[in-house]
Amino acid sequence: MNPLTKALDGVGACVLLFFQTVRYLPTLPRQWKSLLDQCLFMGYATLPLVVILSFFIGGVLALQFAYATVDIGLKEFIGTIVGLSMVLELAPVMTAVMVSGRIGSAVTAELASMKVYSEVDALRTMNISPERFLVLPRVVALMLVMPMLTIFSMVTGWVGGQVVSQMVDWIDLAPTAYYQSLTSAMTLSDIGKGLLKGQLFAIGIILISCVTGLRASGGPREIGAAVTKAVVVCIIYILVSDYFITHALF
Amino acid sequence: MPTKTNRSVEAVSIKIENLHKSYGDTKVLHGVSFDVEPGQIFSLMGPSGSGKSVMLRQLIALEKPDEGSVLIDGLDAQDPKTRDAIRTALVFQSGALMNSMTVYDNLALYHREHRSLSERDIKAKIQSVTEALSIEAALKKIPAELSGGMRKRVAVARAIIMEPRLILYDEPTSELDPILAATTSELIATVCKETGATSLVVTHDRQLALGISNRVGLLLSGHLEFIGTPDEMRSSDDERVQEFLNPKLDLENPRFRKKENAL
Repeated sequence: MNPLTKALDGVGACVLLFFQTVRYLPTLPRQWKSLLDQCLFMGYATLPLVVILSFFIGGVLALQFAYATVDIGLKEFIGTIVGLSMVLELAPVMTAVMVSGRIGSAVTAELASMKVYSEVDALRTMNISPERFLVLPRVVALMLVMPMLTIFSMVTGWVGGQVVSQMVDWIDLAPTAYYQSLTSAMTLSDIGKGLLKGQLFAIGIILISCVTGLRASGGPREIGAAVTKAVVVCIIYILVSDYFITHALF
Repeated sequence: MPTKTNRSVEAVSIKIENLHKSYGDTKVLHGVSFDVEPGQIFSLMGPSGSGKSVMLRQLIALEKPDEGSVLIDGLDAQDPKTRDAIRTALVFQSGALMNSMTVYDNLALYHREHRSLSERDIKAKIQSVTEALSIEAALKKIPAELSGGMRKRVAVARAIIMEPRLILYDEPTSELDPILAATTSELIATVCKETGATSLVVTHDRQLALGISNRVGLLLSGHLEFIGTPDEMRSSDDERVQEFLNPKLDLENPRFRKKENAL
């Protein structure tokens, strides 16, 4: 297969897996334990990373904007810039990148290992659909967890920007001025757009990770290769789809 | 050999006709055909790489054959409805137990997912099967904590608990010591006798195949070279059959040298 055929084959496999999984949604209550486990694993384990990274992204953003504008008296707009940048772009994108590295890789590794060691075949021989048993709880869990992670990322990014604006001597912007500037320019629709972006990234990440895991074959080396492939494809998907989603939203 | 007593499931027949399978340019199965009568144990023997496990994967619809058909009780094995109609279990060579679950949860998985038994009935069933196979001590362990022999028995237990009409075994005695291999052979015969399920065993273990099977087949390089009863196999004058059953050691002129010279 040439690279284009491979890419189209991968997209087709993700779309197919999505519909195969959605078909089993009514059976979700039977898997509430597995769903809860996945939510805990995905949310609880990823939250500290998201918070730390977003805090510093907000801080750096404030520093960069202040450096460029402090001489021309535009430092009051730091709140607007940090607020909108976090909500519309950085929070969904950076959260998605972290989710790819932290959750996507773990999901691919687990499913690839189950595939390589015949556990997936064993499920099929027991007439248990791997799409229902393995994929459905993971897809739903990430759909539930992603908005929360994105919101945490937005808020900690704002706080990071504010702390830097207040603590750095040559910026010295009061918190009230920062938050006033932040809230005046932002609407609920902006937050909605950011969350929607995050959800579209999340569905792609989890489908790519599951497809790559379930298509693994061979031995332990292939498990590692599948993980690397899944993370790389997820990041490419995030950055390429980011442009088109942003274009469609504005 | 199993006798038809104490049946608890309705056994099924298997009819394999002209089965062909290739992977890329490598042809693995060349028009294999054979039948298995309901309730019988059929052992498919052959050296490593002869296509035995590939045959099993076609039988349980994990792969599609390139040509030919597999009928289980007259139904196409590839049809998803056949899986619903005929409960089939496969005992994998590696066990293929769910590594993230305890042995108990592995054994309960089928009935829990299909909601075919209450939790209390599942517990009772697991207790009776694990007692019969002497694996009660393993119930709380995860598969990684089990020995090879124990894992095989748990895999057999998982198959029995499903109450299948057809059980497929993929190299059930590989990697086992002679005593454990004999125990596993006895176990397969007992399961067939007590549940009445048709059994197809893929193996290169001569003692297992000739000791418990009603009929045996010999698959060499994707061709079914022999099919008959164990006695017919033992008395066969076919050189390839005898070479497989009683390979003679020739240290002066070893086989790998003959192959090298032929190349």
